[in-house]
Amino acid sequence: MRVLLQNLTKKFPNRNKKEKEDVIAVNDFTFEIPDGKLVGLLGPSGCGKSTTLNLISGLLKPTSGKIFFGDDDVTNLPPENRGIGLVFQNYALYPHLTVRQNIIFPLQNLKGKNKLSKDQMNQKALEIAKLVQLDGLMDRKPNELSGGQQQRVAIARALVKIPRVLLLDEPLSNLDARLRLQTREEIRRIQRETGITTVFVTHDQDEAMSISDIIVVMKDGVVQQIGAPQEVYDNPSNLFVAKFLGTPPISIFTGSIKAGRLYIGNDNVCSVDIPDTAKVDVGIRPEGFILKEDGPLACKLDRVEVMGRDISVVSQHEAAQTTHIRSIISSDNKVDFGASQVRFSIKPNKLLIFDADTGNRITCNLQ
Amino acid sequence: MNNKEFIKLEKSAKRRNITKNTVIYTFLTLWGMIVLFPFYWMTLTSVKSYGSYNAENVPSFFTLSPTLDNYVNAFTNVSLGKYLLNTLIFTVITTAAMVVVITLAAFAFSRMQFKGKNLVFTLFLSLMMIPNELVIITNFTTITNFNMRNTFAGLILPSVMSVFYVYLLKENFSQVPDELYYAAKVDGTSDLKYLIKVMIPICKPTLITITILKVIECWNSYVWPRLVTDNQDYYLVSNGIQELRENGQGRENVPLMMAAVVIISIPLIAIFLVFRKKIMAGVARGGMKG
Amino acid sequence: MERDNKKAWLYLLPAILFIGVFMIYPLIDVFIYSFEEGYNSASQSDFGTGTFNFQYVLRDPYFLQALKNTFILVIITVPMSTLIALFISLGLSSIKPLRHLYQTVYFLPYVTNTLAVGIVFMILFKKTAYSDGMVNLLINWFGGESVDFIDGPYWAKMFVLCFYTIWVVMPFKILILTSALASVKEDYYNAAKIDGTPKWRVFTKITIPMISPMLFYLIITGFIGAFKAYSDSVALFGTNLNAAGMNTIVGYIYDMLYGDGGGYPSYASAAAIILFVIILTITCINLLVSRKHVHYS
Repeated sequence: MRVLLQNLTKKFPNRNKKEKEDVIAVNDFTFEIPDGKLVGLLGPSGCGKSTTLNLISGLLKPTSGKIFFGDDDVTNLPPENRGIGLVFQNYALYPHLTVRQNIIFPLQNLKGKNKLSKDQMNQKALEIAKLVQLDGLMDRKPNELSGGQQQRVAIARALVKIPRVLLLDEPLSNLDARLRLQTREEIRRIQRETGITTVFVTHDQDEAMSISDIIVVMKDGVVQQIGAPQEVYDNPSNLFVAKFLGTPPISIFTGSIKAGRLYIGNDNVCSVDIPDTAKVDVGIRPEGFILKEDGPLACKLDRVEVMGRDISVVSQHEAAQTTHIRSIISSDNKVDFGASQVRFSIKPNKLLIFDADTGNRITCNLQ
Repeated sequence: MNNKEFIKLEKSAKRRNITKNTVIYTFLTLWGMIVLFPFYWMTLTSVKSYGSYNAENVPSFFTLSPTLDNYVNAFTNVSLGKYLLNTLIFTVITTAAMVVVITLAAFAFSRMQFKGKNLVFTLFLSLMMIPNELVIITNFTTITNFNMRNTFAGLILPSVMSVFYVYLLKENFSQVPDELYYAAKVDGTSDLKYLIKVMIPICKPTLITITILKVIECWNSYVWPRLVTDNQDYYLVSNGIQELRENGQGRENVPLMMAAVVIISIPLIAIFLVFRKKIMAGVARGGMKG
Repeated sequence: MERDNKKAWLYLLPAILFIGVFMIYPLIDVFIYSFEEGYNSASQSDFGTGTFNFQYVLRDPYFLQALKNTFILVIITVPMSTLIALFISLGLSSIKPLRHLYQTVYFLPYVTNTLAVGIVFMILFKKTAYSDGMVNLLINWFGGESVDFIDGPYWAKMFVLCFYTIWVVMPFKILILTSALASVKEDYYNAAKIDGTPKWRVFTKITIPMISPMLFYLIITGFIGAFKAYSDSVALFGTNLNAAGMNTIVGYIYDMLYGDGGGYPSYASAAAIILFVIILTITCINLLVSRKHVHYS
């Protein structure tokens, strides 16, 4: 099912009663989710991603704007008539019901011609349970299950009515690190097998990047960028997106452009095709640094962290906006641990230039 | 579904909502009136004069000539002042004694290590299930044998202890981190000083709640005072009001009685309105009408 | 940590003294009393031990009347008050404006003197030679006949007693149920909403199971409290409850102990123990029933 959000805006009355101004949680959001895709809504807490999800689910009503499922305008439709499945952050499994009863619960609400017999319900529940690999645990209560298993029950409950759209709110945030990796693969697999258009919300960029077909980066209620994960990572549209994506994070320097050359501090790094600018922000991805004895970027070596496959070189530079610059290089390189200075050359496609005032990306050709 | 149907749906939903709210508010207001009406009636009756009240063959819902005579009479004709003073003394001493006793006990249970601690604490807990009616018989005999009927000692002593509050306070004391205690110990603070300077200030909210609940309980106590006092000089308000009623012999001075009821009720209602949140939270945590 | 034995006992001493003298000793004593036949508190003598006290009490028409009154009171007020409190709490939790005001008003009976306000109820319901009283006025408005609720027929007196008892116990129940309802997480309702669960089903399948521990707690404490009813009855009908035919078990105990018919601690003890056994049995039955139906998370 194709989902279309059109100029979606949601305002909340200010909690501080003295201030009359409404809080804008989602601001003029327009976006089309193609059929059968897995979309990650990504952003720091308070950016409006959960509000967006609740608008799609119908638990909240938009202040303005429209929502379409396929060709149906569902903007004013109550949640139960939208045909969605929603997985809550804390799963919201009914603690007094068994796994089977939890999964069957939505089916028991069907009325009229959609009404199912007991056997049909059990049959459906079992099918879904098999899909999420829960079929041995049908008679347990939620508190007898691990976090990962509870998560799968919640997904099964959301899927059993075959929703048009599946929504997941921070689906992995209550799981420990190892389970998180496993479960996100699981979500990806289930989504592929069912082909249901899925939207999930997360603040963890790693999670969003690894399983989404499309990611939407949000900040303060405004969409920053939409695109395939790799595309957004390689070509962030502004400084915020560049900083938000990638671990270790991108290093930001203050730079300038003089006569077609990019300077970071006093280091003449490379040539660019933009006019002279007194001040720009320069971002370099950690994997963009190449250790080179006569490289243009001279940094004070702080320490070297060995991580097995890679080496992480932590250094300092006077023009850097953070105290430390982190670069990842292959462990084939030999680093002199005792040296006081390291020099890098930069991979042009890993270097990004931003307007120092607006933070917008300045696209250019680098040499 | 098209847009027209939505609008229809929304409208009927709105209508249903209004009906629902009307029903709810009517129901809630009805119960509110049942709760408040006795208070209104007693205040109203208390400002009617004896003569005008008795002249009413059909009760009237308001009065055009309010009088405060009944309030004056409550203190002059009837020794309500004495009853109030007695109740105040009883309440203050009982509550103060209880707070000291349960604080010491709760501190011992939460902070100290001693032989038999678990056994004694379990015993304490099991005593919570013993109804007062079971022990009151012997207490009555005990107090009578010690010739303590019609004394404050006889009134107060059996009313002091409350096992439940020991438990409540001990739970709260146990939440104070051990590190504070060790830090105080390193500084050479004695146990008692630690209790007074650290534990009590930290657990003040619970102590205040317990105190208020005990005050309410004391102020309203009837059964025990009735058993051990038959001298009007030691009556508490509950007994006083009962006495006032029984002596009327069918032709009671109702407005005077109502004035007394108003006077008795005001202190607790005032405390309640001031400490509303504390009292309701405290009761929700396990207060029972004692 | 070293053990501070002596000091700990010192801190506990006052509590143990009070408990020992006024709770544990009486607890043992009451059993002794109840089996001592013909104990006389004046001469402090008895003539042997046995179950005579229990037999006497169980044959005493006053006790049987008190037993009957108490059971009727329990059977009517416990379910009624719990049910009404549930409705009121549901109403309270579904409104926003005026909610605090209603909550405050509803709590008022908790902080009032049972005796004092009971007299107001007595005045409201009483029919005297001079006036039929407030409640009868209402009944007359609706075309009914005046009834003397205080000195009249048994059912009328029982009605007032139940009504006043419910009025008194309501604040506690409303408070507990309102906070229980507030503690059910919004997510459960949202999850149910998304599945299009009908309101009634949400109530029976989600709300009730989720608040069942508190509901059950109220039913148990309600039973215990109602079995111990006494001052409500005194407030309405005066201290001579046997004459009014409105005595309760606890009232019987006190009457046996002290007052016009008093001076029989043995009978009082026997009655107290019978009451204790009744309460214990009912509580055990409640616990057994609850194991099946109450969900503890």
